[in-house]
Formats: sequence, structure tokens, C-alpha cells
Amino acid sequence: MRDIFLADQAGIAARHAAVLRPNITTRLMVTGGIAAAIALYLAGLVLLGFSPARILAGLYRLGDIIPLMMPPIPASWARTEIYLDALGQTLAIAFLGTMAAAILAIPLGFLAARNIVASRVVHFLTRRSLDAGRSIDTLIWALIWINVVGLGPFAGALAIMSSDLFSYAKLMSEAIETADRRPVEGVLASGGSRLQSIRFGIVPQVLPVLASQVLYYFESNTRSATIIGIVGAGGIGLVLSEQIRVLEWNEAAAIILMVLVTVAIIDAISERLRAMIIGRK
Amino acid sequence: MTASTTANHTVTVLPDPQLAPLMRAYGEAMAAKRRQLILGAVLFTIALALALLGAEVDLGTLWAKIGNFTSYFTRLAHLDNGASVLSDPAEWFWGLRKWSLLLGETLLIAYVGTITGAAFAFCLCFLCTPGLMPFPWVRAATRRVLEFARTVPEIVFALIFVVAFGLGPVPGVLAVAIHTTGALGKLFAEVVDNIDANPVEGVRSSGGTWFAQVRFGAVPQVLSNFVSYTLLRFEINVRGAAVMGFVGAGGIGEELITAIRKFFYADVSAILLLIMVCVVVIDLISERVRHRLLALESR
Repeated sequence: MRDIFLADQAGIAARHAAVLRPNITTRLMVTGGIAAAIALYLAGLVLLGFSPARILAGLYRLGDIIPLMMPPIPASWARTEIYLDALGQTLAIAFLGTMAAAILAIPLGFLAARNIVASRVVHFLTRRSLDAGRSIDTLIWALIWINVVGLGPFAGALAIMSSDLFSYAKLMSEAIETADRRPVEGVLASGGSRLQSIRFGIVPQVLPVLASQVLYYFESNTRSATIIGIVGAGGIGLVLSEQIRVLEWNEAAAIILMVLVTVAIIDAISERLRAMIIGRK
Repeated sequence: MTASTTANHTVTVLPDPQLAPLMRAYGEAMAAKRRQLILGAVLFTIALALALLGAEVDLGTLWAKIGNFTSYFTRLAHLDNGASVLSDPAEWFWGLRKWSLLLGETLLIAYVGTITGAAFAFCLCFLCTPGLMPFPWVRAATRRVLEFARTVPEIVFALIFVVAFGLGPVPGVLAVAIHTTGALGKLFAEVVDNIDANPVEGVRSSGGTWFAQVRFGAVPQVLSNFVSYTLLRFEINVRGAAVMGFVGAGGIGEELITAIRKFFYADVSAILLLIMVCVVVIDLISERVRHRLLALESR
């Protein structure tokens, strides 16, 4: 087979010229695009002040720091207690922020759902403001809330709430838009009232999606809550940034390790809960 | 059999001897569910109470100071001299030149960090797929490294790198790059795990070399996914790079945190607006490109 093809290469090329002819515009666009991307990358490296000497010096210093992180164990039990306390606060911040966002997102989600609010203008405006709101990072929200309620974990919980509200409302509206009409009709057809049709037709469809999203957000918020302390909004981030600033490397490593373990535990638990919720659907 | 007629349907009801066991089973199932619900509610309430205590939530404070929040936005909308920002856009965006440059720096941090991270992720993802890496311990080790890189928040890496590499965008780029390596490495590995072996075999059976097999059998399958994940990551990294300046790692964050801390309200709103516009525009462009890529793939 292969020999036949090889023998008749010229014939095949002649017969299928249109297929085999290189597409010059596509090829130019792809090559040009890749070249531009690489050029921008190299220009970026230069503009941002990368130089081999700087990288080497930095790596050298990093090589000094990493041994100092060993062993990653807090110096005393008192310190461990402080860290555990901060970690608990972090979890509380994540939990409250997630719950508050979930509750506040319900009305917003209905506003942004196309099948609930028919007005195109309202729909467009809600969707766009949700997009704009999502573009603000949790840390920025934290700074704003600190100006309102003062330093501390409360500002952190409010920041988590504000930054999640928008993406949560978007997901919510999508869940509402894609809900299936048939269960509702089924309940009505077997003699259920309108209220029962919502309770047994729509709620069971939307609830598992929402609950599993809440869990997913709780997971990702635990991560965000570990860092908002850096700007003074409570939780373990405050302790961590303090320890790094005073160059207590083994304490910092211990805190990072504690955060990693906590996040892993939360992930495992929420995966289980999610499987339960979705399985029960 | 009895039949009861409501306004618009006829409902047939089973006779009692048949109905009773069904009703009992239904009752038991409902009771079990209700017990579960009550247990869940109790656990939830306990968690909520603990969290309220832990986060020092004081609704009184919130109530007393919620005025601050709304008035904060009013203050954001006014210049230092009390006029509305809209009355004098030139005064509002007085630092547009400086801020645009810093915003450009932020975008560059995100771009260089994303590309570097994607390149590392591309190399590492082949190390943790069973088809291409025969040693299980290498696969496990690579997966652990990737997990570590994506679980530690990038701003923590930035804090550490600022000490090692000095202030400026360099630690910011490195922090973004490491986090991106972790996040993309996992996604890339999943894509590589799921490729179809047939195209690779097809190239092999028509006499292609190993390189040709990878180039024409494997790469076309993964490329569009890789690019679209990288674009998605770039969107996320732009947001991340905007706050790198909070810890001294370059970009517009430094200017923003100064403005917030020093209560330069008009500056805060101007910078926030610039960041928002920038992020939304990038999201829109990258969404377009990703949809094009998906269309290419399904063709």
C-alpha cells in the first residue's frame, strides 16, 4: 500500500492539488501570530526588568531561604495556638462570606434570568453589571470594607461576600434558565397545585446545583480567606504576612503547611458532601 | 375503586388495602428524609453560630456603619473639591498617563506569567500521564508538585519572592507563573489523558515517524484545548496581577492601595474603573477567541 502511494506521489499531488496546496493566508496568520506572541513575551521580559543576573541572584537568595524554612514547625505551643485561632477565623470568614453571597445572589439571579425577567434592557444591564462586579478582586473589596467597618475579620467576610455575589448570581441565573419544564407539568397533570408544582417541580432541580455550587465556592473561598489578612481583613493571612516580613521563615512555612492541610481537608469533605447532594437528586 | 373529580381532571384512587402499604412506605421514606434535613439544619446552625463568633460579626456595627458603605460610593463619585467626577473628567483622570503605563505593566505581568506558566505546564503535563511516562513515582511526584503550586495562593509566593528578588514586577511575574503552572498543568494533564489514540495510530500505520505521530496525531487534538485553557487562565491572571502591587510586586496595585489608604477617593474610582474596563474588554476578546477555537474543534 505504502509503496503504491510512494510510487504515485506525483499523480496524487496532481489529482488533489486543491487539498495539498498550502493555505498561504492561514499559514501566514498562524506564523505571524506566534511570532508576535513571542516578540511581546521577550519585550515583556525586558520591560519588566528581567535579567539573568537578577534571576540568578534571586535564586541564590531563595536557596538561602528554603533551608531556613526547615523544619516547618512553630517554635512554641503558644504560637501554634495563635495560628490555629487565626485558621479558625479564616474558616469562619469563608463560611459566612459564602452563605451571605448565596442568599443575596438569589434575587439577583432571578433578575438576570432571561425566562423570569422578560425585559431585554433589565437583563442586559444586570448581566453587564455582574460582569463588571466580577472584575474586582477580593483583596480590593477587603480594602473598601475595611474603610467601612474597620480592620478585622468582619471586613473580610463582607469582602468574600461582595466578590462572590456577582459570579454566584450569574451561575444562579443560568441554573434558573435551564430548569426543565416537564417535572412541573408532571406535577400539575397528576393533580398538584401551583405551589406544589414549584416545590416538587423546580426546587428539586435547582437546589442540588446551587448547593454544590455553594460547596465549591466555600472551597475556593477558604483559599481567598487565607490571603485577605495581608491587607488587614482578619484570618491567617495577617499572621503569615507578619512572619514573612520579619523573616521568620520556619514559622511562615509552618503556617503555609497548615493552610495546605486545611484546604485539603475541606476539599475532601466537600467532595463527599457534593457527591451526596448530587446523588440524592 | 373510587374516583374523585376535580375541576379539570379525574384522579383514580387505589382501594385501601393496596394503598395502605404504599402510604406507609412513603411515610417512612419521608420521615428518614426529614430526620436528615433536621440533622443538617442543626449542624448548619452550630457552624453558623461558631462562624459568627469567630469572625467577630457585629450586626450592630454593620447597621451603624452601613451608611459609610453607601457614602463611600458617593465619595468615590466626587472630586476633592466636592464637585461630581463627571463634571471634570480631565481632573478625575489626572494621572491617566501614569495609570495607563502601570496598567500596561499589570497586563505584561499577567501575559509573561501566563506564557511562562503555560510552557512549564506543557512540559510537566506529559510527565504525569501514564501513556507517556512509564515510571509511576515520577508521575506521582509531578502531580504533587503541581498540586502544591496551585494550592498556595499566588500572593503568598509574591510575598516570599519580594524578599528574594527585590521589589518590582519580577517577583509578581514569577508568582503568577508558578501558580499558573500548577493550575494549567492539572488541566493539560487531563486533556492529554483523554486523547483519542486512533489518529496517532493512523499516522503510525501510514509510516509516520514518532515526531510526525505527535505532531499530526496528538498535538491537533490537544492544541485548541490548551490554548483555550491558557486564555481562560490569562483572564484570571489579569485580575491577580492587578493586586500584586499590594505586596510590592509591581503593576497598578501599588497605586491603588496607596489611593485607598490615603483616602484619595477620586483616584480610587478612576483606577478601579480603568481596571474594570480593562478586565471586561480582555474577557470579551478572549471569550470570542475561545468560542472560535471550540468551533474549529467541533468542525
